[in-house]
Amino acid sequence: MRAAGFRSLSRAMLLGFVRDRGALFFSILFPVIFLLFFGSIFKSSGVPKAKILEVGHVSLLEQAQTASHGALASVLTVTKTSDLPAALSDVRKGSYAAAVQQRGSTLVVHYSAADQVTSGVVNTVFSSIVEQANQAETGRPPAFHLTTQQVEDKSLKGIQYVTPGLLGWAIASGGAFGAAITLVTWRQTKLLRRLRLAPVRIGAVVTARIGVSLGVALIQMAVFLAIATIPYFGLKLSRDWWMSIPLVACGTLAFMAIGMFVGSFAKTQQSATAIANLIILPMAFLGGAFIPLDYAPTWIRDVSYVMPLRYLVNGMLNVMARGERAASALPAIGILLTFTAVLTAISVRTFKWDEI
Amino acid sequence: MPVPVTIRVNDLYKRYDDVRAVDGVSFEVQQGEFFGILGPNGAGKTTTLEIIEGLREADSGEVTLLGMAPWPRNPAILPRIGVQLQATSFFERLTVREQIRTFASLYGVPPGEADKMLDIVGLSDRAGARTEKLSGGQAQRLSIACALVHRPEVLFMDEPTSGLDPQARRNLWDLLRQINSEGHTVVLTTHYMDEAETLCDRVAIMDHGQILKLGPPAALVRGLDSPVRIIIASGQLPAADAAQLSGGAEVNDDGVSLTISTRDPATILARLAERDALAGLQVRAATLEDLFLDLTGREYRA
Repeated sequence: MRAAGFRSLSRAMLLGFVRDRGALFFSILFPVIFLLFFGSIFKSSGVPKAKILEVGHVSLLEQAQTASHGALASVLTVTKTSDLPAALSDVRKGSYAAAVQQRGSTLVVHYSAADQVTSGVVNTVFSSIVEQANQAETGRPPAFHLTTQQVEDKSLKGIQYVTPGLLGWAIASGGAFGAAITLVTWRQTKLLRRLRLAPVRIGAVVTARIGVSLGVALIQMAVFLAIATIPYFGLKLSRDWWMSIPLVACGTLAFMAIGMFVGSFAKTQQSATAIANLIILPMAFLGGAFIPLDYAPTWIRDVSYVMPLRYLVNGMLNVMARGERAASALPAIGILLTFTAVLTAISVRTFKWDEI
Repeated sequence: MPVPVTIRVNDLYKRYDDVRAVDGVSFEVQQGEFFGILGPNGAGKTTTLEIIEGLREADSGEVTLLGMAPWPRNPAILPRIGVQLQATSFFERLTVREQIRTFASLYGVPPGEADKMLDIVGLSDRAGARTEKLSGGQAQRLSIACALVHRPEVLFMDEPTSGLDPQARRNLWDLLRQINSEGHTVVLTTHYMDEAETLCDRVAIMDHGQILKLGPPAALVRGLDSPVRIIIASGQLPAADAAQLSGGAEVNDDGVSLTISTRDPATILARLAERDALAGLQVRAATLEDLFLDLTGREYRA
């Protein structure tokens, strides 16, 4: 009878969730839209190519393009034109980084200082083109050589930050809102009281709700990873990525605990939603979900240590993208579980069966 | 052999801040009885019911339900009682059938039994509908079905017909009578006088946390010894004639109807018949409403 009660409660809650279009949208589709959006934005991170105008015939540039075997094309996008005044006007407006002209043996680069990074890149590229041409002109082999060797690239691509960050946020919202709204709604409709008068253990009610939330979180995770690993986005999961499964589970518990806490005192769905938002949204910004902590100002990084979301996002980042070993997630899991235990203990005290 | 006592309440007190919600209440409910707690809003009937169900702890006093103490939450009692709360106490977005089967499984009742209960409350044809789509009366019947699905010995209902249209109320009354006649003890609170009069074997009239009067509704009203009102349409006979034929009884003509309050309705009705002045006739005996007025000195307001 106990097992039957647990099963039917789980089933009832699952059906209630699946049939709630709003909940489905906000817990699955909405985060996925964010993932698609941010994933596309950060796809082409790094220094953007400089667009320049070749005014008339610039033989030095053309020689360099041929000699570099296309390497120059990864830095410069060249458009030909013959109209100098129009070209200069385009540079002033910022449509192009520079306009290049060859007057006999002099290469003239017209640039705007508006974008200093790009204009710096353009100036460096052209001075090296001129250097090389001068050196070739002497007919002697160069005295010094430069050889570059790439070290293994440990810096992370956009998608590698975006996926664990947004997934963490999705799981945080799903867990917190799910628990808070269920609790408040059931108290309002007196279903909570009805269950209290049925021979069912409260533990069964709670575990059924946790089971449903865990299921939803794992679906969120599967959808996220499926999308992020398609070649277009190009997320490459590192070896111990599976460790993010227990991380997601513990994160779900931690954020359900936040939801339970909110639901233990909030009186209406509206206030529960507002309070949960007030907690989750700042945490998403300060806990590394929306702004990668590696790029965040120091104060955000300091603040992030008190945010449970930090441990979920950072833990997933480590095992999914940074290639760290599974054991590296254990401290984060420990912190999330401790947080869950403390907040649950508080919620049990503030919990009310009834409005009054 | 005496009828077993299902509920025994002795000298119950409960106060919220400075409000005495329940102020010294005692009564007993016998097995198989249909018992009503009647009173205006804020009279303390819901609090009394909740203490008996085991949802609240009394400040002082004794409650036994089926021979046991309901507080703290007593798992031995729970399978033997059924509680009908508001019509909205359902799992969200489930169909009628899913709803009752879920409740059934909490009590270890197989789905087939649950479906039979839908039949009993006349909701089989709505089994596939979401509970949110039900009418007020249908939702109320489902809520009663969910409370009865495990065939409890005692059924508690808190204002089961409030917010229903007259037709739905009457249907529900039939259902409740049927349930009671099958041997379930039924305890309900209501603020409708007519409901208590129609349904209950015995009624406790409550106000300000106290029981003012307790007994079978008919006996309570009879004990009131109040006059019967005979009402006919105005203009059939002059007020003076009416006063004369009613032999000193109170006569009142408001231009629409003429009302005679008398303790001898038979004689007066016969005289009115002789004069063929019976158009629009209504005869009203005293009701619990009059009793309430008599007990508290104020009009009953639900």
